[in-house]
Amino acid sequence: MRCEFVVGSLIHLMTNLPVPSTPDSPRAALIAGARDTFPLLVGAWPFGVIFGALAVTSGFSPWGAAAMSAFVFAGSAQFIAVGLSAASTPAAVIILTTFIVNLRHMLYSATLAPHLNRLPRGWLLPLGFWLTDESFVVAAKHFTEADQSPHKHWYLLGSEFAMYANWQLVTWIGILAGQAIQDPRSWGLDFAMVVTFIGMLVPLVKGRPALAAVLIAGGAALLTYGLPNQLGLLLAALFGIAAGVLAERIWPTTESAA
Amino acid sequence: MNEFLLVAGMALATMATRIPVLWWLSLHLLSPGIARALKYVPLAVLSAIIAPIVLLSDGKLAFQVDNAPLIASLVAIFISWRTRSLLLTILLGMAVLLGWRALFAP
Repeated sequence: MRCEFVVGSLIHLMTNLPVPSTPDSPRAALIAGARDTFPLLVGAWPFGVIFGALAVTSGFSPWGAAAMSAFVFAGSAQFIAVGLSAASTPAAVIILTTFIVNLRHMLYSATLAPHLNRLPRGWLLPLGFWLTDESFVVAAKHFTEADQSPHKHWYLLGSEFAMYANWQLVTWIGILAGQAIQDPRSWGLDFAMVVTFIGMLVPLVKGRPALAAVLIAGGAALLTYGLPNQLGLLLAALFGIAAGVLAERIWPTTESAA
Repeated sequence: MNEFLLVAGMALATMATRIPVLWWLSLHLLSPGIARALKYVPLAVLSAIIAPIVLLSDGKLAFQVDNAPLIASLVAIFISWRTRSLLLTILLGMAVLLGWRALFAP
């Protein structure tokens, strides 16, 4: 199934075939979600490989590293945990840090929830467990499109499933490579996350309120960087959101964010 | 501490950020004001993650020309703005980073 997604994505990228923007069956929505996530899978390759390599070179067993990707499935938190663990940080502190670093998922859930309110409850467990930055951005864009496709949760699931399978695969490649690589971080491949996020961010910047949110969030992140446990990230995000809302009042006629 | 207990704790901590809000808010309607504010979540969070990685080095602003992540990010922003292609942004951004690093390697 996953193979089919990837092949489908590749074919789409190569031929740029027109694809219907409103998938009209669960299966079509699932595949569309995975296909629209394809560039983000590529962006996660170096990041996942480095995570696997870093984990096994900083004291995790191969199965411990693989279990983290399988059950935590949160790239930035996994990186931080490996770094803290290598510095002999107590597990309770690592777990608390994981929670704080991942608090942004609450904002993502709040954004997606209104679009999922007609689903049977059981859907929310897999959709929530697999939620990542990448699938959130892909799905949020799709969800705000005007059409009333009844299969949007399948689209989100397709995106999440592609990210998950991809993450397991590249983690294992990193784990196996980790025994050979000396200093995986020095390769600079962890920067792949940054360019991936830039590629996700720039198309969202439409209008002045959106630009205000970006500048204030970025500036606040610089000013609050010294705070422990990456609390600055959360504060900066809240400042950015507030800036966007306020800017919307100043420039109400401007086209607003996606 | 056993690494699997650590992973279990991290898994629970992460699920606590992903599932309860989704569950609660899918049952209760958000006020329009909050819903409007949530539009800015992706913009704000992505910016807050990127800015320190690119602009800070050892906690200080780093606007030097040998700050390869900064140069590569500027190129990536330009490519994304002009092409809207995520894949092109990632591949060319990485290429510029590695090339720039090689150029300024000691």
